[in-house]
Amino acid sequence: MNPTVAISIKGLTRSFGEVRAVAGIDLEILDGEFLTMLGPSGSGKTTVLRMIAGFEKPDAGTIYLGNKDVAQLPPYDRDVNTVFQDYALFPHMDVITNIEYGLRVKGVDKSERHNRALEALKQVRLEGYENRKPSQLSGGQRQRVALARALVNRPAVLLLDEPLGALDLKLREHMQLELKELQREVGITFIFVTHDQEEALTMSDRIAVFNHGRIEQLGTPREIYENPQSAFVSEFVGQTNKLTLDGVRINIRPEHIQLTKSPTPSGRAIAGTVTDLIFIGSTTRYRFKGHDGTSLISTNPDGLLSVGDSATAQWSKEKEFLVQ
Amino acid sequence: MTISRTARRILAALLGVGLTFIYLPLFVVITNSFNASKTFSWPPSHLTTEWWSKAAVNTGVREAIKWSLLAGASATVIALLLGTALAFAVSRYSFFGRETISLLVVLPISLPGIVTGIALNNAFTKQLGISTGLFTVIVGHATFCIVVVYNNAIARLNRMGTSLQEASMDLGANGMTTFRLITLPNLASALFAGGLLAFGLSFDEIVVTTFTAGPGIQTLPIWIYNNLFRPNQAPIVNVVAATLVVISIIPIYISQRLSQDTTSGGRF
Repeated sequence: MNPTVAISIKGLTRSFGEVRAVAGIDLEILDGEFLTMLGPSGSGKTTVLRMIAGFEKPDAGTIYLGNKDVAQLPPYDRDVNTVFQDYALFPHMDVITNIEYGLRVKGVDKSERHNRALEALKQVRLEGYENRKPSQLSGGQRQRVALARALVNRPAVLLLDEPLGALDLKLREHMQLELKELQREVGITFIFVTHDQEEALTMSDRIAVFNHGRIEQLGTPREIYENPQSAFVSEFVGQTNKLTLDGVRINIRPEHIQLTKSPTPSGRAIAGTVTDLIFIGSTTRYRFKGHDGTSLISTNPDGLLSVGDSATAQWSKEKEFLVQ
Repeated sequence: MTISRTARRILAALLGVGLTFIYLPLFVVITNSFNASKTFSWPPSHLTTEWWSKAAVNTGVREAIKWSLLAGASATVIALLLGTALAFAVSRYSFFGRETISLLVVLPISLPGIVTGIALNNAFTKQLGISTGLFTVIVGHATFCIVVVYNNAIARLNRMGTSLQEASMDLGANGMTTFRLITLPNLASALFAGGLLAFGLSFDEIVVTTFTAGPGIQTLPIWIYNNLFRPNQAPIVNVVAATLVVISIIPIYISQRLSQDTTSGGRF
């Protein structure tokens, strides 16, 4: 059985003045999927998200939510909810009133909406905070309230616009796992926008890599990382060495370059010296300079190497990405 | 920044001189309203509340208070409606000439009152054929009251941004519901502050009033001006002046407290 499609986008285009922010995008997002739109700022990912939410009208194209084209509908007539980058909690309402808001304006009666809001608050592990004002919460807590306020409406799709951007590293890593867990728990389709490639790799079922208003590649994190379809993707996602060998430009990841004192002649091999060690916790990055002048970084030595040691950098050609 | 002790003393002294310069005359007026001597010998030998009781039953004073309250309240209401609408237009929509409109709205506050007054008087009596009266006073006051409401409202709107409205619509509320439940509550304290400032401005205004009020209308400041040089009214004039000071200061004080996070525009 094929999984059902939650959102189907065809030929989506949007310009701001002279700038083509979104230049014709086709994208199918599956029911219950965690899809990340990844790209640098100005790549069009946020504009696509805002068009799905209804805050921007596309110049052309369709957005099917289920079997209805919602492209021209106002935000309040779409079964999607958004978690905003700045959370956009209503400052004059306490936490529980914020969460109840969506149900309130849809006319759900008082006791039901209260119960559902309490349940949502529990889901994001904020029991006991019902009567706090947003100004009395930490960044992480506001984030959770924003999530609960959206999820309580049980939307078909939840849109998340760089929601972790304002949190510090530790909290962000924690929230990444929690969000992923929460998504599995509620079974709602998540569309997540970020410019942080690590975040995208950690959380997503699939990633759409955006550049210049187009999708450069759509695939699972593994596909994107191991088999990039364009130079942009191979450079934007993960670390890479950009080298020119025999007049050909190639990208090769640090973990694919082995540094060794006893080279096995197959594939590429460059003789040279280790010039620096950079310890970054779980791995050590070795700076290496070939006798031919090539500089590169490897995270894959085959034994203990120190600065000044002679070694050979070697890798198999199939791990290279050829830049046209 | 660190400043030397001498410099600090000089600054403190200058501050003292400045404040004395501003507030000593007001202090004298208020004290004199309790001065038992009819010729205001200074310092007062006795204090009395006689003038206050006399002023309270003086029909001229009571009439003047009525006109002032009426003009102030009406001008404030007009300013709240128009000033808020203008602030919305300028902050939420981009259209040709937006910056110019913003400037045009704020400009009346810096125009000399006498120019505004004469211009309004001309427009009403010569061009429009409306004789001066309460209506013309209200319109005249509204011209500068709009400015303070507009300034308060637009500062708040700009600070609020649009994401709260987007969040509300995203959660299923249409434009009207969003305005009622989200925008207005977040704007309310700014509007209240702007309204109080507007009322305070209107209540002690004399120049524009002189040119727009007909013979039958005497607001408090005009009553003071007309009675200033009548010897037997002098004690009551002090009482009225003291009242005016207090009634003007209270709303401005409250509105300053309320709008500490917005910028209040105006002449103060």
